[in-house]
Amino acid sequence: MSGLQETEYILKCTSACAGCSTSLILRHVLAAAGPDTVLVIPACCTSVIQGVYPKTSFRIPVYNVAFAASAAVASGMSAAFEAMGKKTNVIAYAGDGGTVDIGIQALSGALERETNFLYICYDNEAYGNTGMQRSGSTPLGARTTTTPEGKGHKKKDLDRIVAAHSIPYMATACSAYPKDLAGKVEKALATKGPAFIHVLAPCPPGWRYPAEKTIEMGKLAVKTGVWALYERMYETVVISGPTKAAMIKPTPIEEYIKPQGRFKGITPETITTIRLDSERMLRRLAAEEEGSC
Amino acid sequence: MLTISTGNNAVAAAVRRVKPAVVAAYPITPQTEIVEQIANYVADGSLDTRYIPVESEHSAMAACIGASITGSRTFTATSSHGLLYMNEMVNWAAGARLPIVMANVNRALGPGWNVWAEHTDSLQARDTGWLQIYVSTVQEAYDAVVMAFRIAEDRRVYLPVMVNLDGFTLSHITQQLYVSDIDGFIPPMELDHRISPDDPHGYGCMTGPQDYFRIRYDIERSMRESYAVIQETEKAFADRFSRSYGFTDEYRCEDADVLVITLGTLGKEAEVAVDMLRDEGIAAGSMRIRWFRPFPPLDTRDRELVVIDRDYSFGCGGILADAIRAQTKRDCFSVIAGIGGQEVTYRDIAGFVRDRRIGEEYWFGVDA
Repeated sequence: MSGLQETEYILKCTSACAGCSTSLILRHVLAAAGPDTVLVIPACCTSVIQGVYPKTSFRIPVYNVAFAASAAVASGMSAAFEAMGKKTNVIAYAGDGGTVDIGIQALSGALERETNFLYICYDNEAYGNTGMQRSGSTPLGARTTTTPEGKGHKKKDLDRIVAAHSIPYMATACSAYPKDLAGKVEKALATKGPAFIHVLAPCPPGWRYPAEKTIEMGKLAVKTGVWALYERMYETVVISGPTKAAMIKPTPIEEYIKPQGRFKGITPETITTIRLDSERMLRRLAAEEEGSC
Repeated sequence: MLTISTGNNAVAAAVRRVKPAVVAAYPITPQTEIVEQIANYVADGSLDTRYIPVESEHSAMAACIGASITGSRTFTATSSHGLLYMNEMVNWAAGARLPIVMANVNRALGPGWNVWAEHTDSLQARDTGWLQIYVSTVQEAYDAVVMAFRIAEDRRVYLPVMVNLDGFTLSHITQQLYVSDIDGFIPPMELDHRISPDDPHGYGCMTGPQDYFRIRYDIERSMRESYAVIQETEKAFADRFSRSYGFTDEYRCEDADVLVITLGTLGKEAEVAVDMLRDEGIAAGSMRIRWFRPFPPLDTRDRELVVIDRDYSFGCGGILADAIRAQTKRDCFSVIAGIGGQEVTYRDIAGFVRDRRIGEEYWFGVDA
């Protein structure tokens, strides 16, 4: 198990928003990865958090790339380091827009080619640094600046898309469970071949809740079963402890939805749809874990 | 060693000699032979490179960028729609100062689907910060690829180079090709700004107007320095391999009254036209532009100019003609010909010269 924050790779006073879970996730990721790491990031909140040239708030090399290109740039970097005999960790760290929307082709190609890298999608469920426009990962009913009445479409199921590539290691995580996250990052980096982690990243300005509630919001996502924590090694699923607990005794979903301003005006029918979808996802995971699927 | 080869296979043969660490490529007609042949070299062990069979051209250039920034020699090849699809990353490669070499097999743009030769694909990329060379023979394609790596990787340049060859009229024709040991011609690649955890930096992060402006100016400064690097490289190549090139390929220009100015294989056709015209008593010469970026200084003196464009900028004119007018401050007879693979023979070119109307534009086969 990793010692959390043994070394800080993000310097103090970044330009992240108060209560930003994206920078929190990255602190844990980098601490688990260690100094022999190169980060590849597309246009996303992290490109703001790193600071403005010629300064950087990160103590590891960061390669900024065009929006759709993270997985492909990481492919080339990984191949080149391999050719040199270097074991440097290549980590692509991209938001949900850069992953489920514009970057999904490059991600799919890199996974299919069994690229030796770790791709982390930190999911704040909208285009964050451009001011919260809807993405394919925005949940049903959530208001964004481009869905002023609430999103009419469901959240894209990125994890099943990634799972369809049958990769050696993939996991989901949440910023509110740092030890779980760090352990998964370590496993992912120990994997030969492609590894993928999808991390829920609650966002105070985007989700419209007070900054100090960012950990609580992540915990509620897991406890209500809206977000499930698990690992998948090829076809083998292992559900993580917090989600196992939520499957036994879930917190009512309204406790997650009601405190978030983005769900203002959501109808009881939409809440029911979200609940039923979450329950279906958990049942499917349980069945997969038992190997009956 | 004397062999025979297609233009495409000559490019692949040059890549085999140059030994890039990483090749990332996506197939597109008429470039396919290049990537197939490189894949064969990797499979039979004659080329030790990491071949990344990417899922798109955007990812081809992205993967080259990721590989190149580690300080590794990198190659890709594309054509037409592939070049347009990767355009975002083409710009990124130059902005990131990466010495990637790419072969582009010039082809028309849809719709309608047309796989034949045209230069509008690469000329659309003329403002990206890439050096661009246009070749006219199989041997020149081979030699240009070899020299492109040395020029791109020179720290006075650190810019990518695009080697352009005409679809089918060069990519698929067979000519003689001398291949030789090039060991030592290209020094080992040293990228001063390579990414390394031992010396962490941020690359390409948000940049304010002042710094951004200076960084863009640095690109132009290197582009200007590349003139000397190109000359030195072509001289070193000529000294070792006895084949000499220049910014332009000039044929019977010294005493000419009228110059035919072209890009690519049309330049070879123009040489035959020049001989024909000379027999008729017309003092013609052929000036084929090899390097389009950086654009060369031209010695056209007071001669009349007939510029043939296998490309077009709608609402403006032939792209080469536009560049020639800007460079020479003189007008020309602008012929638009060969677009989408339209056949243009030396007889047609001789006709353009005979019937030249300086100051006018003429669409061959369409205009009266």
